Amino acid sequence: MKKVAIAATGLTKFNKTEKPIDSIMLSSIRTIFENTKNLEQKDVDVVLTSTNANKNYLANIISELSGIRPKISHSVESLCNSGTNSLISAYAYVFSGLAETALVVGAEKANSPGLVLNWDMSRGEYKHPIFWASMFTSAHMRKYGTSLEDLAYVSIKNHKNAIDNPHAYFEKPFSLDDVMHSKNLTENVRLLDCSMPCDGAAAVLICSEEKARKYTDTPVWITGIGQKTISASFTKNDNLSSMESTKTAVTDAYQMSNKTAKDVDVVELHDAFSVCEIIELEDMGFCQKGQGSKFVRDLYDTDNRKINPRGGLIGAGHPLGATGIAQVVEIYQQLSGKAEKRQVHNAKTGLVHNMSAGSTSSTVLILES
Amino acid sequence: MTRFEDELKNNNFVCSECVRCKHLVWPPSEFCNKCFGDVTWRPVSRKAILVEFSSKDGKCFCIAEFEDSIRVFGTIEGNSALSPGQNLVLEYCNYDETPKFVFQTD
Repeated sequence: MKKVAIAATGLTKFNKTEKPIDSIMLSSIRTIFENTKNLEQKDVDVVLTSTNANKNYLANIISELSGIRPKISHSVESLCNSGTNSLISAYAYVFSGLAETALVVGAEKANSPGLVLNWDMSRGEYKHPIFWASMFTSAHMRKYGTSLEDLAYVSIKNHKNAIDNPHAYFEKPFSLDDVMHSKNLTENVRLLDCSMPCDGAAAVLICSEEKARKYTDTPVWITGIGQKTISASFTKNDNLSSMESTKTAVTDAYQMSNKTAKDVDVVELHDAFSVCEIIELEDMGFCQKGQGSKFVRDLYDTDNRKINPRGGLIGAGHPLGATGIAQVVEIYQQLSGKAEKRQVHNAKTGLVHNMSAGSTSSTVLILES
Repeated sequence: MTRFEDELKNNNFVCSECVRCKHLVWPPSEFCNKCFGDVTWRPVSRKAILVEFSSKDGKCFCIAEFEDSIRVFGTIEGNSALSPGQNLVLEYCNYDETPKFVFQTD
């Protein structure tokens, strides 16, 4: 089977700025060209942009501003998992032989139009994401006895991990008390249970094996892909204490890579809200159903960074179109031994989980060194 | 303004139903999402089942299910104890930029 690699990455600081989205994207691309040996603009066959910014022919604009004249260029949008959707498109171009080298860049502004979903009639007047998060939370609390304190541990763990991520939005830790007493947005979702929309960009270079060897001594291989969309309406989630699209996506990714949860050394998962991390850990097989809260507490108590070492979306921030790619950047750094203070010892196999619209769509990637 | 929105403004909750296979198409659409048959509008029962609930600033919101298939977010009025699976009645619906559904416990 043809091998497809990640050969280089670029990332900007996640923050809130006045910079336009094309400028943020270019900053992450610049990092790739400055840090990658033997890479020239003429080598890039494909440019894919990932954003919810409703910008016409953005991939062509970014190509021109980067001095690239690609064979293929277009945008990929699927709300919060736009980034991993674009990466899978790049994988397909390279795997099929249509391209040898693809540049994937995702970015978002804090005021992204992707934050509120007007199409979904079934949400009624409850359009904001806190309302679907509150429904998952109520269901998990009722079925498994999850407490507000359990949820707070997700937040304090991920904020703690984010301190060692120089690109993270948050730069200070929060205590259990801080989270427990942060503003109540609903009866079971507090401000510090939420990921923060912000500006940010991330980029990766996807290559054939031959090209990857030209650009790096430490390629990371994409060995498993799973993706599932059940609907666009949040209310089509039948079981609110679980995430159906995630379960399907992870099953397919494990099967393609011939791995299981036990083989995975490091994970970036989509903690849009605290409850998401608990449910996703359970649904992806890292613990039994109902044991996600205990699993998170154990990680925190033992300073284990296996899950969301860069701080997740809660600690690092959530620039929608960049998030999935930033998760891939983190796992690339972990598997190539470049994660510095965040480094998980001897990480060989990593998993990225990225989802959108209240888990109506999920993407899972397995990456290996 | 669609027929769906117009009817909601008149306190009528309607949905599209397939003429061919009788499937309820939710959210409403021009064609059946099961067989691509033509659809017609029909009223939805005002009886619903509580799926899940929470609250914000003392106001209770929920997901309710109609006719074993149509799920919507709405508001529950009153202070009675709630439990998933219990019966609700659609007290009022409207459309003002977004659909609005207000329930009472049965």
